[in-house]
Amino acid sequence: MQTQTDTIEQFATQDYKFGFVTDVEQDIFPPGLSEDVIRALSAKKEEPEWMLEWRLKAYRHWLTMAEPTWANIHYSPIDYQSIAYYAGPKPKGSGPKSLDEVDPEILATYEKLGIPLRERELLAGVAVDAVFDSVSVATTFKAKLAEVGIIFCSFSEAVRNHPDLIQQYLGSVVPYSDNFFATLNSAVFSDGSFVYVPKGVRCPMELSTYFRINALNTGQFERTLIIADEGAYVSYLEGCTAPMRDENQLHAAVVELVALKDATIKYSTVQNWYPGDEHGKGGIYNFVTKRGKCDGANAKISWTQVETGSAITWKYPSVILKGDNSVGEFYSVALTKGYQQADTGTKMIHIGKNTKSTIVSKGISAGHGQNTYRGQVKILKGADNARNFSQCDSMLIGDQCGAHTFPYIDVQNPLARMEHEATTSKIGEDQIFYCNQRGIATEDAVSMIVNGFCKEVFRELPMEFAVEAQKLLAINLEGSVG
Amino acid sequence: MLEIKNLHAAVEGTEILKGIDLTVRDGEVHAVMGPNGSGKSTLARVLAGQEAYVVTQGQVLFNGQDLLEMDPEERAREGVFMAFQYPVEIPGVSNTYFLKAALNAVRKHRGLLEMDALEFLTMVRQKMKLVQMEETLLNRPVNEGFSGGEKKRNEIFHMAVLEPSLCILDETDSGLDIDALRIVADGVNALRSKDRSFLVITHYQRLLNYIVPDYVHVLVDGRFVRSGGKELALELEEKGYSWLENLAAAPVGA
Ligand SMILES: Nc1ncnc2c1ncn2[C@@H]1O[C@H](COP(=O)(O)OP(=O)(O)OP(=O)(O)O)[C@@H](O)[C@H]1O
Ligand SMILES: [Mg+2]
Repeated sequence: MQTQTDTIEQFATQDYKFGFVTDVEQDIFPPGLSEDVIRALSAKKEEPEWMLEWRLKAYRHWLTMAEPTWANIHYSPIDYQSIAYYAGPKPKGSGPKSLDEVDPEILATYEKLGIPLRERELLAGVAVDAVFDSVSVATTFKAKLAEVGIIFCSFSEAVRNHPDLIQQYLGSVVPYSDNFFATLNSAVFSDGSFVYVPKGVRCPMELSTYFRINALNTGQFERTLIIADEGAYVSYLEGCTAPMRDENQLHAAVVELVALKDATIKYSTVQNWYPGDEHGKGGIYNFVTKRGKCDGANAKISWTQVETGSAITWKYPSVILKGDNSVGEFYSVALTKGYQQADTGTKMIHIGKNTKSTIVSKGISAGHGQNTYRGQVKILKGADNARNFSQCDSMLIGDQCGAHTFPYIDVQNPLARMEHEATTSKIGEDQIFYCNQRGIATEDAVSMIVNGFCKEVFRELPMEFAVEAQKLLAINLEGSVG
Repeated sequence: MLEIKNLHAAVEGTEILKGIDLTVRDGEVHAVMGPNGSGKSTLARVLAGQEAYVVTQGQVLFNGQDLLEMDPEERAREGVFMAFQYPVEIPGVSNTYFLKAALNAVRKHRGLLEMDALEFLTMVRQKMKLVQMEETLLNRPVNEGFSGGEKKRNEIFHMAVLEPSLCILDETDSGLDIDALRIVADGVNALRSKDRSFLVITHYQRLLNYIVPDYVHVLVDGRFVRSGGKELALELEEKGYSWLENLAAAPVGA
């Protein structure tokens, strides 16, 4: 008879489904970090002088910084000199101008991941900017977006073609000196996505980037910058997977969002990097800085994340609510199983009057997984009538995992209103039995119950992504077939 | 349909069922009565296959197959249904979604195709009428925030949708108001057929006025101490259980 313990066991040890390696010719730097490496990187990308200077400034600052230790995560030290800071597929001739020029092997990889670019382009109407290791290999729909004045391109391209926008906004939300990992990123970022939506334009489609780490021993340092000008609207989707490796790989990305007056940015992530094997060997170290700024009245920034992968997740998508009446939201599902550790949450910084923030966090732990919610709500003096609602729910599957909640609250204005709710529950044997009694197998029951638990977050995802996220959760929860 | 022979079962090391014998033929309705804690729900859960209830002795045949060998979901797909005394809440999972998953699992097992959305909805609407259930309960999460009565109705609604062959109702009448009791009983009666059998666990004769049983069994301390026709329930109503409890020490064959 299938017992619940078995299910938990299998759930905790099930295989990573995206662990294949693509064989493409790589253009790769030898491991190591120095000013010379940064110069070489910048030269490789044919960057202007100001960009190089910015990188060097960050690098010099980084040398004075120490890796943070306050998070509830444990890992062996990272040797920053053993990482290669650039890897990209060798271009056949110059960079690809259209999908037809993209290496078929790479396209096949995306196919395996379930994101056929062509299909996306043709059927789903999603514009995909695919990042394969460090170089953005295909940007679709660019032309269609250009018609309404939207710029959607790789970060490198934006540095070359839109230097004024980059110089104005780069580091305006996450300064080069922000924190150890963001500063490292500022020095060595390889590529990423850039979006600019002009005044009053509603982006006619979901914009999407798929990140994938392929090469061995390469850190991936993405940099994304999204600007929604006054009254603009954009919804951006980011999905990530990585192949199976014994070594740990570092991923230190930075995402900056700028929403001007009356603008809205919705940023959704589904992260499924390789989590390591069942003994905790290998897996991605995901140290990411994501922050948005509501830089005008009535601006709105909404983060939704579904984090199912990575050996370590260190990530706090935040919102600076500067404009009056601006709105910040954070909806999160974090699943840790095996030996995964996640320390994730958000910061909501209320500066403007009548600003409002909502935090909904759902942590699921199984196996030996450790799941920490860490969130800060800060209400500054001038933020009259600021409001925050926080809800942090944890679900435990099995008895060797852990859930931790650290809410920090700092209120400097007496008119603020705060609400905080937190629950911890164990997935109930009685719930599973009830499902079984109606004919539903244990594995499907677990995934149904967990999906139900995450519903408030999934509801925030765009339709196709929500379906994908549910499937991903089901795959990650799977393992009792047999 | 169902043949229980000398069934013993324990929970957390304590023996609760101490030798149950029972034969239920196709189309029959058997009522099980007995004092609190005598093991009625335990019997239901053992038949449904809940893990914590360990069978220590005996045999159960369901349509000739060894029921105790099957996983709970397999039993359900084979046609064993239990209406829970305390239906379980599943937050965030809509009643329809849940039922559709259940029905399709059952249908797949029976070699039938999955129902498409329209077909499913039409069927579900029809079954809801059977227990006069509010349509809003369809889209709400399974049992979450349902009133006691709504939960019980929902169980019978699930039963109507899944069309099992052995229906075990564990105190479906408790928590129902007088009108609801009649409605639910009418629903159950509508589902009675020559190839569907019922095991109705109840404390009250009242339910048996509506769902008239073929047999009544009295469970005391893990054993059937008395079995009879529907009039036995009336006798119990009048005399209580105490006169039978003395018999528990030296049980008569059920
Ligand atoms: N999971 C369990 N753990 C410990 N004891 C249990 C468990 N389930 C049942 N029991 C015990 O087994 C005995 C029989 O319980 P059961 O629920 O079968 O009684 P019942 O006849 O259905 O009673 P009621 O009429 O009150 O519903 C009781 O003493 C009860 O405390
Ligand atoms: Mg009971």
